[in-house]
Amino acid sequence: MYIIKRFFTMLVTIWVITTLTFIIMHSIPGDPFASDADVLPEEVLENMRAKYNLDEPLPVQYLLYLKNLVMLDLGPSIQSETRDVNTLIADGFPASALLGIQSLVIALIFGLILGIVAALNHNGIIDYLSMAFAIIGISIPSFILAPLLIKYFAVDWGLFPVASWGTWLHTVLPSLALATAPLAIVARFMRSSMLEVMNQNYIKTADAKGLSTTGIVIKHGVRNALIPVISFIGPLAAFLLTGTFVIEKIFAIPGIGKYFVDSIFNRDFPVILGTTIFFSTILIITLFLVDISYRIVDPRIKLTSKGD
Amino acid sequence: MSRLLEVEDLQVSFKTYGGEVKAVRGVDFYLNQGEVLAVVGESGCGKSVTAQSIMGLLPKKVSRIKGGSVTFEGEEILGLPKKQMQAIKGSKIGLISQDPMTSLNPTMMVGKQIAEVIKKHTDIAKNQIKVRVIELLAMVGLPNPEQRYSQYPHELSGGMRQRVLIAMAISCDPQLIIADEPTTALDVTIQAQILDLLKDLQKSLDTSIMIITHDLGVVAEVAQRVAVMYAGVIVESGTVEEIFENPDHPYTWGLLNSIPKYGSGEKDRLIPIQGSPPDLFAPPTGCPFAARCEYAMEICVQEMPDKKRTSETHHARCWLNDPRAPLVKDLISAGRAE
Repeated sequence: MYIIKRFFTMLVTIWVITTLTFIIMHSIPGDPFASDADVLPEEVLENMRAKYNLDEPLPVQYLLYLKNLVMLDLGPSIQSETRDVNTLIADGFPASALLGIQSLVIALIFGLILGIVAALNHNGIIDYLSMAFAIIGISIPSFILAPLLIKYFAVDWGLFPVASWGTWLHTVLPSLALATAPLAIVARFMRSSMLEVMNQNYIKTADAKGLSTTGIVIKHGVRNALIPVISFIGPLAAFLLTGTFVIEKIFAIPGIGKYFVDSIFNRDFPVILGTTIFFSTILIITLFLVDISYRIVDPRIKLTSKGD
Repeated sequence: MSRLLEVEDLQVSFKTYGGEVKAVRGVDFYLNQGEVLAVVGESGCGKSVTAQSIMGLLPKKVSRIKGGSVTFEGEEILGLPKKQMQAIKGSKIGLISQDPMTSLNPTMMVGKQIAEVIKKHTDIAKNQIKVRVIELLAMVGLPNPEQRYSQYPHELSGGMRQRVLIAMAISCDPQLIIADEPTTALDVTIQAQILDLLKDLQKSLDTSIMIITHDLGVVAEVAQRVAVMYAGVIVESGTVEEIFENPDHPYTWGLLNSIPKYGSGEKDRLIPIQGSPPDLFAPPTGCPFAARCEYAMEICVQEMPDKKRTSETHHARCWLNDPRAPLVKDLISAGRAE
């Protein structure tokens, strides 16, 4: 019941996002052919606008778009003659997703460990070192970190390929560059959450039971400390999975990150809408997964629709 | 009766930004096998700190045990290596903590939280542990123990949670149960039930209980002996009869005067103890109660009185019990008797 209701809410959300994006997109000046207006004769432009239904009134365009969207057709790309938006996403998403999943795994595993270790050594050297690392990780932009990684690991030491896409080795450096900031954020979140939990009375109870320190930390500490951290993981996952412009650009990765940016410059309306809807869908799905994992981690949370 | 626990000259301090807080300043007491000892005193007098030092539960970073010894079953347990202490905690000494609402892990089934202790300290076969836990839950008077096993703390009331904590404390048949204000967080009817339960369990399991409380009603209900604590020291200690009938310390008098008595008329107001306890950043050199004591003499602020025994079990630390002091005791008892 909850899941069905949730599913419809998700559809409504996507519709709202589509509508808002449509309105905002058409309120920026210019259209896909604005840059060609000087060189092409008026008749050609006219024909091209007609081909993409841009000569219709906006409400008609909107309804046409929705009609196609219902059939999961995100429309043609104006910029690319041969590929429609569905193909663009289908071609680019696997690379972005692989990169994103690897970064997410790295960020979560090392971020959580770092946060836990720092909290357990509260105000000790390890705590200061890991938090210094976390602050550096958050502060250094990925467009600085990525070239540095390339310089040392690829150019100087030759451990990994410099750029482009192909073998798994190609994915290592971009994944690291992409993971660093989220890793640092996860570490800081986990540390403060863990510090709070380790001061709770039930940790004292666990101590009074004679459990080993490791047992207390893992069974009673980490699980409770994870609860606030989980809420952060949903948006993070969506962000990482859908690719990032900067990292994909630097490493010349054929992901979908670049379409988010390029499509806006080109006023490539179907691509703007398509990538936005795609991103929203991924975000909404990960948020849904986060809610479900809340239920698993924290038994006090019940997934019920309002009024049940 | 043999000695189960003996605490001698225990001193515990806390490091804070403001300086060192001397929370426990030379506490002595003992507990015999099968006995119930109540440690009474107002908030902040060091009762809980004493209990937590015995179990080695104080946060290592901010607290320091500055001296003294804690002997349990004839063995020194203060400063015992972590591993050895872990073997004692939960198996030989059980703790019932102050706040049942926050003392259970919110994300773990209560049955599992009890099973954990049994698994750690006994060789009971895995499939038998659950049976034992359900037996324990029934022992502490929880209805439908089979269902309770797989419930989470938020599904239980405060009194039920306290019963779960009691089941946890007794799960490995401990020689000693330390109950740190076990009824403070509960409402009065539940308080009485929990105290009855503790008394019954103490008899049926033949264990000893050190119960920490600020409630003299609780003391009268369950304890055989009482230690009255004030500002980090035990100021008077004796059997329940000695403390209630024949108290030797003005602080104990004050405590007794501030409990309502059944049948007292409207005109018999309770007599509160004026003032507040001393600052433990810089505890007074003399008797810590001198500043609030109606009978304080010059010597009281200058020097801490020694223990003065009046019987095998009864002693107090007060200059009034010195043979040179004026006799005020009868006056007070007479005034109180009305």
